[in-house]
Amino acid sequence: MVGGKLMSPSRLQSVLEAGKFAVTAEAGPPRGPDAEVVRRKARLLKGSVDACNVTDNQTSVVRMASMAACRILSEEGVEPVMQMVCRDRNRIAAQSDILGAAALGIPNLLCLTGDHQSFGDHPQAKNVFDLDSIQLVKIAREMRDAARFAGGKALEGNLELFIGASANPFADPAKIQVPRLAKKVAAGAEFIQTQCVFNIEKFKEWMKGVRERGLDTATHILAGITPARSAAMLEYMATRVAGMDVPEAVIARVKGVPKARQAEEGIRIAVETVRQLREIPGVRGVHIMAIEWEESVPEIVKQAGVR
Amino acid sequence: MIVGDWKPIETILDYLGERERILIAGCNGCVTVCNAGGQKEVDMLARILDLAGKKRGRPFHITKITVERQCDPEFLPELLALAAEHDAVLSMACGAGVQLVAEHAPGREVFPAIDTNFIGAVERKGEWGERCQACGDCKLFVTGGICPVTRCSKSLMNGPCGGSRDGKCEVDPEIPCAWNLIVDRLEALGRLDQYDIIQPPADWSKSRDGGPRKLIRKDLQ
Ligand code: SF4
Ligand code: SF4
Repeated sequence: MVGGKLMSPSRLQSVLEAGKFAVTAEAGPPRGPDAEVVRRKARLLKGSVDACNVTDNQTSVVRMASMAACRILSEEGVEPVMQMVCRDRNRIAAQSDILGAAALGIPNLLCLTGDHQSFGDHPQAKNVFDLDSIQLVKIAREMRDAARFAGGKALEGNLELFIGASANPFADPAKIQVPRLAKKVAAGAEFIQTQCVFNIEKFKEWMKGVRERGLDTATHILAGITPARSAAMLEYMATRVAGMDVPEAVIARVKGVPKARQAEEGIRIAVETVRQLREIPGVRGVHIMAIEWEESVPEIVKQAGVR
Repeated sequence: MIVGDWKPIETILDYLGERERILIAGCNGCVTVCNAGGQKEVDMLARILDLAGKKRGRPFHITKITVERQCDPEFLPELLALAAEHDAVLSMACGAGVQLVAEHAPGREVFPAIDTNFIGAVERKGEWGERCQACGDCKLFVTGGICPVTRCSKSLMNGPCGGSRDGKCEVDPEIPCAWNLIVDRLEALGRLDQYDIIQPPADWSKSRDGGPRKLIRKDLQ
């Protein structure tokens, strides 16, 4: 506490506001209660990133709660970004979890709609979707800035939280993707992490629209990166993962090297992409989503020269 | 209209069990229009049960009736009188009809013969699509006449999720993405700027989430 006012606890926010190029990563919690799995991931990432997202039952597969894994990351000295999806919680649970996260010292929140449950291991589940991600951002901002819950009643005390959302420049309809970001920014998203970029031309085009609307200065955009471990993984992402854009040429490039060296090639592509993204005006950092391959993150960060 | 579809015959036979005197009750409303529970389907079900009864060695005694609307007590007296002479009523109406018959036939078993699926429209001959979830707070003005509650798999109010691809929903390539339709339509209407307005969280208390709903029209009472 300085002069009775809380300092923003988010290091990610300080880095971005200082105009430094930010690096975030992503860690998927385990499908069991073993905290050590999370600790191991934290140790791999520590020192290489400004913060690390923890996914929230991503692809609708049951995993350890994001909030719990975030706390474990904190204990290991890695700043967490708690992902929260609208699929599994109504506005009561969402706000309650936000308070709980803040109480545990989790300084960053990423508001997401969430994959449909039909993708996961409980397709028979009832979904919630009481809110959408834009409404969730707005509610979180009002809780923080106006000390007011969505229902209108006052919240006790101070909520310190850095609030963000995602963007998918490759989703359809393409013409709505810049306006959609504008809506997220208007709702109060202070940082944006994008879907992973393989199609750099399409990303550049989106960023152009983003700059034309002045959104690059109204929020902090972190471009998504996913290192490919193999050509098979790229092909899977290209065809089976909703909202992905993996150009043929990228797949062909990884396919072109022997299997044993494809991971290396994947890292090389990731490094090149980070460098290219860094040159795009308005890109304020990268968000590396190395799916179950956290070991690759320090390597990419080092080779790309962003640390 | 309310769209329904037959239950598997095995399920219906399971419900009927050892019962013999069965009243099959059709409805001239929605279920006639969607070919699930009108006069024609009553005749069809009667023939099928007749065969099944003979096959099991203990024939059913079947009576058929189709009323104007099973969801209105005004049209029920004749049906209820017949029901009293049967072991069970097999109603081919929607869930509302089945329930109203049961409510007015105390002590009489009333079984559903169809699954009530949704409020929908005819898309092609023999194809219906869901259009409305009766949320009680119609938002069609905002979304250019396309329902985000029903037709978006996630009931999103502020635009497409990141999974929309080639105009299709991430859930199934056979489902059109509602937000793709909404954006195209708003654009065609010259109202795409409407999209920029942030829609507040929906008031689900007007929907089923507020508990079973009731509508009272004093002017009609
Ligand atoms: S907005 Fe509500 S009332 Fe209107 S069509 Fe959709 S579900 Fe039905
Ligand atoms: S793809 Fe379209 S219809 Fe499907 S959930 Fe996303 S926005 Fe809704």
